[in-house]
This record gives sequence, structure tokens and C-alpha cells, in this order.
Amino acid sequence: MGMTMIEKILARSSGQDRVKVGDVVVCDVDMTVLIDLQFATTWMTPTRIADPERLAVVMDHAVPAPSVKDADGGVKARAFVEQFGVRRFFDVGRHGICHEVIAQNGLALPGQILTCTDSHTCAAGAYNTAARGLGPVEVYSVMCTGKTWFQIAPTYRYELTGEKPDVVSGKDIFLHIAGTWGDATNHNLEFGGDGLRSVPMNDRRTIATQGAEVSADFTTFPADELCTEFVKQHTDTEFEAADPDPDAIYADVRHIDLSSLEPYVARPGKVSDNAVPVSQIESRTVNQCFIGSCANGQIEDLQIAAEALRDRHVAPGVRLIVTPASQDVYREAAHRGYLATLADAGAIVTNSTCGACFGYHMGLVGAGEVCLTASTRNFTGRMGSPDAEIYMASPVTVAASAVAGRIVDPREVLV
Amino acid sequence: MQDIIEGKAWVFGDSVDTDNMYPGFAMKLSPEEAAKHVFYDLRPGWTDQVQPGDIVVAGRNFGIGSSRPVARLFQHLGVAALVAEEFNSLFLRNCVNFGLPVATIPGVTRLVGDEDEVRLNVHDAIIELPRTGGALAGAPLPEYVYDILAQGGLFAKLAADGYIPAGVRA
Repeated sequence: MGMTMIEKILARSSGQDRVKVGDVVVCDVDMTVLIDLQFATTWMTPTRIADPERLAVVMDHAVPAPSVKDADGGVKARAFVEQFGVRRFFDVGRHGICHEVIAQNGLALPGQILTCTDSHTCAAGAYNTAARGLGPVEVYSVMCTGKTWFQIAPTYRYELTGEKPDVVSGKDIFLHIAGTWGDATNHNLEFGGDGLRSVPMNDRRTIATQGAEVSADFTTFPADELCTEFVKQHTDTEFEAADPDPDAIYADVRHIDLSSLEPYVARPGKVSDNAVPVSQIESRTVNQCFIGSCANGQIEDLQIAAEALRDRHVAPGVRLIVTPASQDVYREAAHRGYLATLADAGAIVTNSTCGACFGYHMGLVGAGEVCLTASTRNFTGRMGSPDAEIYMASPVTVAASAVAGRIVDPREVLV
Repeated sequence: MQDIIEGKAWVFGDSVDTDNMYPGFAMKLSPEEAAKHVFYDLRPGWTDQVQPGDIVVAGRNFGIGSSRPVARLFQHLGVAALVAEEFNSLFLRNCVNFGLPVATIPGVTRLVGDEDEVRLNVHDAIIELPRTGGALAGAPLPEYVYDILAQGGLFAKLAADGYIPAGVRA
């Protein structure tokens, strides 16, 4: 009997020929990423660490520091990387949301294991990496020991066929999955099929990022030509990709004809069993629109937003916040003129940070407001008041809706 | 860690997410202060009712969401254990790693009602309701994972192995 993508990686990293569902394995972790919040909350300087070359520190959630507590965390982070010789330190100014920094610096490699505090670490599954969030204590432990455990979960395989229409993005594919099949708690997601050829790397990362939103463990894509080309653009390090065996065993195989999809919108609260095609969504006036986060602050997302807003204007009464996923994305968007286009259209472009996505230090929504977001989560209270409603859609749907002042099908506005 | 825990149950529904338990605004506060906002929107005032030794019971997909250390807030409130029909895996890991006992017991929200006195065997994942004589068995943690819990979580293990200077705790 064969193994799935994730079983292959976890078997190899735990030094076994094969693993099966239910097994608990202890694996060598190839790369571990600490984030700023860790230093501001649970930090203690360790006596020793496993390997500074398998560690990165990224300032992302609360930058530039909005409070003394966060500023003190920065002080501790800088002292730590200095003391232990951690070269991969992405301090404010060369920072970004860790999942963007991981992608742009080749920290996630096909067939390897990546762990990080943040729950959206599954993003790197786009690069055929077994990547997941572990929480602050466990990531600290991996930093010290270089190892952690995983229990092999059953896998849902998504077999993609057909060609993705231009207006449909990774966000729409993901919302279709969440709306159709619901939660995948204690399961992995694996993607494959000929249809992947029409799904670019940025869309794959959106999908992999949001695996956490259906409660999945790992979400992985194959290291096909597109993926391999992307990774090689960002690193010279050798890797060994993990392909699933033809006779791998899946909990379910689910088919999606990409050519049949349209833009999707998730209603407030959760995405699972709560997302519908935009043609079925109620017309809601929006107060705030957001394009950003690890899921949708990529350069391609800013390009989509800028193209949608060129020679148009954000509707009166609407705030459109755009947050590049990293300082590199910010600079590239500046050079390409996207930031000027967005600002001319009435959008606010912020510095790179997790920011409005997690309702901590900027771009919060008040009671009674409606927000349409292209970010990661639509939980009650996620972006501010628990009495605000957070809908979720793709960057183009969010941009078009910001222009219309209500949730719309982007195909109606952008003609 | 105590393997048999007796306490009063507080029962919650399905898909209770991390932002319900550790909202963004509370992340600015000390853990002691943040703990006063657990379930702030779902059940306002609950943190005044919960007593040390109580047990939180929830439905499916408990703890979906972020890596923020909710377990530490429950510990500040004195919550002795979490039992759910099903846990999000990141949330479960966070609890185990902080040394907060957890048990997955399908059907538990149908057996147990709010403020019922229950008896939980953490190792065997068995919950009993002395009032009715009812009991349910779930899926025990893998031994490897149970051992982390039994040691008091990962910080305790790291301290024992000399990775953290003696006497220092986050």
C-alpha cells in the first residue's frame, strides 16, 4: 500500500520506510520560525538551541511596535539573534508576514518539514512542504531540540480538472471547498490533478494558508514544474520533493472542475458550510474592505487590486485598507505604481504587518459595521467588535465591492 | 498531573474558536487580565462564575483558529481540564504543551449538562456522571502525547532537560 504526500515526508523525516494513519512519529524539523509575539509574551532565553541555521526570526504581527509590550519583545528578539548567531532575522524594515518571508527566502522546501508559531504556517504546503503551526511553547521546544511529534491523520485528496477562469482566484477555490465539504478537522488536504496547471503559485498559497480555516492539519501541493521553478528562484538549496504513491489511501477523493467555478463569498463567523457563489449572496452595504494578510497580501493580490481600482474610486462611506504581505512586496508594488493607483482611488495602503487581519493594532471595525475581507479569518470579533459582521471574498471581489459600496459580483463592476 | 479530575462542567457548542476565548484586544493584556475575557461574547460573565477545578466541555472542532495560548488563560482561571467531542489539532497541542489536561470524548455534550458534577479519567478518556450513573469513553491520547501532559507540559520537560535556566518561567 502506498503513501500520501504528507505520509512520505513524515516517514522520511522520522527515519522510517512507511507510516500509516494513527502512527505517532518523532521528526527532525528542517526549519523553525519564531515570530515577534513570542518574544513579547512567553519568552525566556534558552541555555542552548539545536541549530541557528535551522531557525529564522520574523517580526510581523505587531510592527512597528504599537505598544511598549511589543517594543520590549523586539528588544528581546534582537538580543536573542545576536547571542545565538541566528542569521535569518527579518527585523522591521526587511520584515514581512512570516509566511511571505518564508516563501520569498526559500525557507520552505519541497519534501521538508517547517514549523512556526503561527496557525497559517500551512501556507508553505504550496511548496510541497509539510508545514504547520504549533503554538509558542512547542515552537520554542523545536528551537531547543530540533524535533517534534506528529500523528498521521487521514487525508482528503482534491483532484482538480479544467481551466480556472481569470476572475476566479485561489480564494474562490478555497471558499468553494469550505462551502461544499465543510470542516476537515484532524485530516490533511492534498491537492493534485491536471487543473493545477492553471492555478499559479500565489493562488496555491492562498489555498494552503486557509487550510487552517477548515481545521486541517497539513495542506500540501505537488512540486510540479510551476512549484519547482518558484522555489529555485528563491534558493539554491537542494531538495527532494514528495509525490504521493498511485496507490496511496485517502479518506475521500473529491473532484473540482475549475472551469465551472465562479467568485465565492463566505458569510460572517466561519467559512465551513458558510460560503456561497457570489450570485447567491445577499446585497450588503459595506463599511470596510480589506485586502492583505498572509493569504492575500501577495504582489499578485496588490496587482489585482490596483487594476480593479485604476480610474475608479472607493465609494463614499467605505474604507479600503490594503496591506502588502512584506516589505519586499511593498517595495515592488511601489516600483510598479500599484500603491499610487490604490491611493489615488481612495484606498489606505499600510505598512506590511498582520495588522487588520487579527484585530490587534490597526484597521478595527466597530459595532454594527459590515466588513468584506480578503484575509484569513471571518470569526466573530476577529477584526474588532463582536457586533461587526465579517464577510470574506477574493481581492478582486473586495476591490469591486469597495467601488460599488456593497458586496457585488466583480464581473458587474469591472466591465 | 492528576489523572482523575472531579469538578463542575460548563458546556459549550461546536466550533468554539480561539478568538472567542482569547480575543485580539485581550492579547494586549497580561495573562491574568486576559483570562477575564474568555468567552467574552459567547457567554458574558462566565469568568466570574467559573471556579478552580471546573471542567470545560465543548462540541466538535473545539479551538479552531490561531496559535494564541488559550490554555494559559484557562489555567489562570483554574480550569482543571477540557473535554470535547473533537479538538482542532493545534488547539489540542497547545493545551498538552502547557500541561492542561484534555480528553476527546464523542457524545460528551449529550451526556453532560451545564453545572453537572463529572468525574474525568484523563489517561483513559472516560467521563462519568455520578448523578445519573452515565459514562462515556473516548479516544485516549497516544502514550507519547500523554507523557508530555503528565510531565506538566513542554516547558517542564525542557527545564528538566536543561534547556531553560533553573528557576525561570515565562
